[in-house]
Amino acid sequence: MSLLDKFASLRAAYDGLESSRANPFNVAFDRVLSPTEAKIGDRDILLLGTNNYLGLTYDPAVIARAVEAIETFGSGTTGSRIANGSYDGHMRLERALADFYGRRHAMVFSTGYQANVGMLSALAGKNDHLLLDADCHASIYDGARLGHAQVTRFRHNDPDDLAIRLRRLGDTQGDKIIVVEGIYSMLGDSAPLREFAAVKREWGAYLVVDEAHSLGVLGETGRGLAEAAGVEDDVDFIVGTFSKSLGGVGGFCVSDLDGFDILRVVSRPYMFTASLPPSVVAAALEALRQLRARPVLRKRLMDNARRYYDGLAELGFDLGPEPNPVVSAIMPDPESAFAFWSRLLDAGLYTNVSLPPATPKGLALLRSSVSAAHTPSQIDHALSLFAEVGRSMGLIAPARLALRAAG
Amino acid sequence: MNTSIGDIRQIVFDTLRPSLQRPVPLSDATNIVNDLGLDSVAMMDFVMEIENRLDISVPLDRIAEIESLGDLVRTLRELKGVP
Repeated sequence: MSLLDKFASLRAAYDGLESSRANPFNVAFDRVLSPTEAKIGDRDILLLGTNNYLGLTYDPAVIARAVEAIETFGSGTTGSRIANGSYDGHMRLERALADFYGRRHAMVFSTGYQANVGMLSALAGKNDHLLLDADCHASIYDGARLGHAQVTRFRHNDPDDLAIRLRRLGDTQGDKIIVVEGIYSMLGDSAPLREFAAVKREWGAYLVVDEAHSLGVLGETGRGLAEAAGVEDDVDFIVGTFSKSLGGVGGFCVSDLDGFDILRVVSRPYMFTASLPPSVVAAALEALRQLRARPVLRKRLMDNARRYYDGLAELGFDLGPEPNPVVSAIMPDPESAFAFWSRLLDAGLYTNVSLPPATPKGLALLRSSVSAAHTPSQIDHALSLFAEVGRSMGLIAPARLALRAAG
Repeated sequence: MNTSIGDIRQIVFDTLRPSLQRPVPLSDATNIVNDLGLDSVAMMDFVMEIENRLDISVPLDRIAEIESLGDLVRTLRELKGVP
């Protein structure tokens, strides 16, 4: 008997993937050459599963600011901002985020995961109620578990179901806090935020929107879904991450709520962890500046996303409901997802496999994420590999039929 | 408010049966994870199906405590206020 026996069935599945040499959960790139290219051994790999939406990871200015910061302030902060002090960069990054969103307050966390865990566990007290979309990210569910509020799950993207659950709570004491996401990371669908905002107003609740996958992607200035939907005034808290469109690591929350700063000495995931290193902070600041100054990146990203989504749809793949930079092909079962993924990687294309319970409705997904840094010919190359593997696995119609259907 | 505990058990079993991949005899002793093979999200989805039929919401901490179908029926009964 071993302490880890409880994971026996998971172990067996994992070992099965290892022995078939098709394990998507332990891929290692020997070199990374650019936002869209890497090497595994001698093989060139086209990256289409890295959430690097704006392709800023190799931007010369981003790298230069990070190098300056590490030379000036050292490699790490070696402590928490509460116990060991903040650096100038932390404060500047918070001011830049508040300015970008037009809000009075911003708080930076060491990861996006911690931003959700830290905000939700602190905002919702023992007598309060958290209402979470069924498809919210694990970090939102974990934040709910770390706090002491009563947690209710409502049907994905269903404002009527949310309203029913708020009605059931009736005049139960405590505040009600609704949490949804801008773009959902598994199927790339966005929330009907205008309708959620209306429900929020009707019931006097608070609204938190996680824009992790929509920052720099949606909205006229890239602020995300709240901006795109024109409901920023109804959103009390925006949570986001530096690890996707900003190409670094870290998380944040912005708000106009009076007294927001007290959360710095309330939120355990903020207090009891080391703060972001100066180089990471400086890189995020520069990436945010570029996100604001170069709207062309957003346009290129969405052009690529549409080209890729439309291309896969035309080939006959079953996709998520809307074209966004996250594009998932729905596979018939996990085995097909592994096989498809592995054949793509053998052909030099890196994507992601997503499986239940991380996916909604028990779906097995072959997930891609498109970048502004992809060239149209890289997108087309990926599409031709999907066509080839999809046809040879019998998942889509043969070429001639597909052409006729498309014509 | 005329729901009886027998009705609740019936609703649970009826909701569950169509979603099972193979027929499993259902009773209060049926373990939801081991006997039915539901993962954490499938379990929450299954409870969601029942919630609207009974017009109740089951908080997640209560779902986390449920191991058997009997546990689920008991939880639903308490939340529904059935004696």
